[in-house]
Amino acid sequence: MRAAFATAITQLAGRDPRIMLLTADLGFGVLTEYARRFPRQYLNVGVAEQNLMGLAVGLALEGRTVFAYSIGNFPTLRCLEQLRNDACYHLANVKVVSVGAGLGYGALGMSHHATEDVSICRTLPNITVVSPGDAWEAHEATLALAAHPGPALLRLGKSAALTANLPGEQFELGKARMLRDGPDVTLVASGSILAEVLRAADGLAQRGIFCRVLSMHTVKPLDVGALVAAARETGGIITVEEHTVEGGLGGAVAEGLLELGQVPKVFHRIALREPFPSVVGSQEYLRTIYGISAGDVVETVEARLRSRRLGAHV
Amino acid sequence: MRHDPTVLSQLTCDTERLRELARRIRIHALRMTAAAGSSHVGSCLSCADILAVLYGGVLKVRSDKPHWAGRDRFIMSKGHAAAALYAALAECGFLPVEELAGFYQNGGRLSGHVSHHVPGVEVSTGSLGHGLAIGAGMAYAAKLEDAKHRVLVLLSDGECDEGSVWEAALFASHYGLDRLIAIIDYNKIQSLGPVADTLALEPFRQKWEAFGWAVREVDGHDYRQLVGALSSLPAAVGKPTCVIAHTIKGKGVSFMENSVLWHYRAPRGEEYEAALAELEQAE
Repeated sequence: MRAAFATAITQLAGRDPRIMLLTADLGFGVLTEYARRFPRQYLNVGVAEQNLMGLAVGLALEGRTVFAYSIGNFPTLRCLEQLRNDACYHLANVKVVSVGAGLGYGALGMSHHATEDVSICRTLPNITVVSPGDAWEAHEATLALAAHPGPALLRLGKSAALTANLPGEQFELGKARMLRDGPDVTLVASGSILAEVLRAADGLAQRGIFCRVLSMHTVKPLDVGALVAAARETGGIITVEEHTVEGGLGGAVAEGLLELGQVPKVFHRIALREPFPSVVGSQEYLRTIYGISAGDVVETVEARLRSRRLGAHV
Repeated sequence: MRHDPTVLSQLTCDTERLRELARRIRIHALRMTAAAGSSHVGSCLSCADILAVLYGGVLKVRSDKPHWAGRDRFIMSKGHAAAALYAALAECGFLPVEELAGFYQNGGRLSGHVSHHVPGVEVSTGSLGHGLAIGAGMAYAAKLEDAKHRVLVLLSDGECDEGSVWEAALFASHYGLDRLIAIIDYNKIQSLGPVADTLALEPFRQKWEAFGWAVREVDGHDYRQLVGALSSLPAAVGKPTCVIAHTIKGKGVSFMENSVLWHYRAPRGEEYEAALAELEQAE
């Protein structure tokens, strides 16, 4: 996804001199080509995220479209108040880009796990929160956010894409992508966990459970229409995210559905339910520890559908 | 005497005119904080002369075109002295003087900390340590465009406890933002007590110099010194300028001067009448 972002921002900068990319001293190897080609549209501000956000807002108020790049929680939680007061309140054209979403920097430890930023940032007024599921979404979201006025958070997974876009498919902020269709249950994924969810859907199909899969790349604003349709047309909704269970994708989906009086026949949130990890591990390993890997998704979906069927007979 | 509402670009040291503007700012701020029962009158009084000099001639701004591209940008980073800024803007025609009565009032736009919903305000502030970084971003944009306008940021001394101020200070000197000017309202008293007893800033001048800034120190209540320091900028080519303005918290009201009490206490009753009388009788 980083490479997809770099490609997109390079395209943008080449055709619009108002595009700027600021980094808080991160992006080794990823931003090098951009920095070489567009020195006037690039700035390494050093290891200073509060300043990163303040500068980005100052530049944005002077007419620039600013992508503020860092990793993990550094461009969000570290400078949350600048994001809130300066970027969001002033409707500044600042796009926060955070690499390593979720457990992307697994073995680097909890300081580098971005596992609360969706729930925290989506409560901020005026912000758009995008968590692409694959490289195509990351590329298209970068282009779309540049054209969309106002502040945004773009969370990029470290892992490579497993999916591609469908022929003729158009990306639209705030519109979920349906990547599989099936009647039994809808799996709603956000972020690079999408790859696990697609594997899980394939595994479930082999067991006779046919899933609809939605990539909910935009968590705010949420595509409630796609969720209502899923609740009506399929056997339930199970959300999957590499993020704490409180208030993230699953919370947003529950809020959106309940407010419309739409209660899915089955509802469950597959997310991080344990506290900070006590063991070291890669992203792949930690997904199994937290119970959000493809295999875990298969088991959880089966169990939830089974208990629903049993419950129906009681 | 109302200030010329449209063209504020003439930089002269008409001391009497600046003194009168400052006096009006102080009286407005006193009335506003008293009516609102709000804090920070001491902080307003300490920076009233600085604001009078800025809006009385230093700043190239136009009340008929608040968003004019060539304007100087001014950021009131010490957002808690909002009453003084609103008063200065009103005296210069950016908003009706009558609207100042709406400070803190339901449904109005004059919030207790600076709001960009008020004409002439670039940036909302209130949480300390935000303004200089935004100003640095604006100054960097100006540098890219080779624009001639300047970016001035007014900070409080207590605000310099914030690490973000020093992040921005490092950046501004590294990139040679000589159109960025930080003015410090150094009144020596912060929220709960003297600056020196809270987190000592001294040697303050040397800190800014060590961060690569050109520094001027002035008496922040002396119009000639303020005009002098702010009229020939930058102080050094290729460096941002820091003007350390030595001020007196509560300046202009004898019993408020140098008193921590008036950081939070709202003037009322006889206190208000006495303070108003002093300001109205000031020469």
